[in-house]
Amino acid sequence: MTRLERNEKLIRLALLLVAFSAVSTLVIITIFIFGEGTPVMFKYGLKKFLLSLDWFPLEKSYGLLPMIIGSLFVTAGALVIGVPFGLACAIVLTEFSSKRLRRILKPIIELLAGIPSVVYGFIGVIILVPFIRDRLGGPGLSVLAASIILGIMILPTIISISIDSLQAVPRSYREGSIALGATRWQTTRMVMFPAAKSGIIASIILGMGRAIGETMAVIMIAGNAAVIPRSLLDPVRTLTSNIALEMGYAAGEHREALFATGVILFIIIMVLNTIANLTSKRRIP
Amino acid sequence: MLFVFVSDCGRGSAQRGLVVAGSTSVQPFADHWAEVYMRENPGRVVNVQGGGSSAGIQAAREGAADIGMSSRELKPDEKDLLEVIVAWDGLAIIIHPRNPIEELSLEQVQNIFAGNINNWDILGGSGHLITVVTREEGSGTRGAFQEMVMKGSRVSRAAIVQDSNGTVREIVANDPNSIGYISLGLVNEKVKAVRFEGIEANFENIDQKKYRLIRPFLFVTKGPPKAAAQDFINFVLSRPTQEMVRHDGLIPVFKE
Repeated sequence: MTRLERNEKLIRLALLLVAFSAVSTLVIITIFIFGEGTPVMFKYGLKKFLLSLDWFPLEKSYGLLPMIIGSLFVTAGALVIGVPFGLACAIVLTEFSSKRLRRILKPIIELLAGIPSVVYGFIGVIILVPFIRDRLGGPGLSVLAASIILGIMILPTIISISIDSLQAVPRSYREGSIALGATRWQTTRMVMFPAAKSGIIASIILGMGRAIGETMAVIMIAGNAAVIPRSLLDPVRTLTSNIALEMGYAAGEHREALFATGVILFIIIMVLNTIANLTSKRRIP
Repeated sequence: MLFVFVSDCGRGSAQRGLVVAGSTSVQPFADHWAEVYMRENPGRVVNVQGGGSSAGIQAAREGAADIGMSSRELKPDEKDLLEVIVAWDGLAIIIHPRNPIEELSLEQVQNIFAGNINNWDILGGSGHLITVVTREEGSGTRGAFQEMVMKGSRVSRAAIVQDSNGTVREIVANDPNSIGYISLGLVNEKVKAVRFEGIEANFENIDQKKYRLIRPFLFVTKGPPKAAAQDFINFVLSRPTQEMVRHDGLIPVFKE
């Protein structure tokens, strides 16, 4: 008995250690990013970092505003494209299609999430960018191209979480609505949707997190000019691209400024995740 | 340094060997030198890694690499390291092959990249807006371009930014309205190198000091190189290797 107990304790300890190592990675990364990034921010002033338009790291101006706005533009663009398509797809698959079709289609959609982002970027460069350049003008590498590709990349997140939350709505809701004489669309719109709202919002926020964090595909198709774009056809640079583009050659304060970019990104993503967690907690039982 | 990627040296040897790390512009050439060196000196291992000029210089300073590779001049605060020029690289201003422009002056290139000239018709070309493609801040190629062409003025911030010679070439090859700059050795038939100040970008004109857009490729060491490192540096500077350098598309350091 005591031996078994001792084994139990040992295993618990081992598991705790492993679990803790995962958490400690996060802690170490956080400490590292903030440790490397914040000194330079305070040296030049937070206001300059957040509100200056000038990103000339070799001349010691580190204005991140174009990249912050760039990230927000591209992310908003991705949502404009990804949310309607994603929700429509989720509704069709839960409300208007047979179980068999759903069983085939849902895994296929989830496969989209497994395609490496560099492949999305490559497709963007080969097909989308020349199309935009020839048909709409501008260099093609643009907010529009990045938004479309990111919109597609966040589809699996939005679709699969929305499907899960629509399916989690108790059957009795739908049956009650239909019994009262509502059509299927009325049922979907006025009963299912409000009931699954928190899960759907969480899916959108998680999609947003994916879009704002995406790097490789965006570098390949966004053009990466460090200016606030004036139209959808202008190039744009996001926070993540800023880090990945320049890290190879950055030294000294320039390198620290890239870590500062990471700090800003970290804060934005933490806020998004917190919102996602709060909204998804208020789920229908 | 996190950003130094280990390239496969093809031997999987347990010993560390000589580590040469840094500029991604120098890397493909250094790979080739290392390959020949190891073939000629069985038992010696040279490990060539990328990471970028600054990463390479830092690695040399911290001892993570025996030799750092840089495609830009050392900054004043990096001058405590020893440097040796192993080759010269030409810089070509490239445009789309269908673009009728053949020649640009220093001033025109400056104005295009600064954003003062933004339409090809000002230069006698098509009436389309110019897509300017540049490298990222900190890149050795951009540093050289800034120093030799832009001088005091800045590259327009509306310019497209790409992080390698290859992607700049790819964009220029696909966009008829674009202009960029890359290593001369990497110019191929998909892009057109313009005559700069009336001089065609080729090795002959560089040898005769007519074509002026050239930059050094450096090997950097902390203090005098160790025997193994010195041996490799000697090999790179030797006449046969320098002839290979020319064959690879760079300009050798020896003078006829």
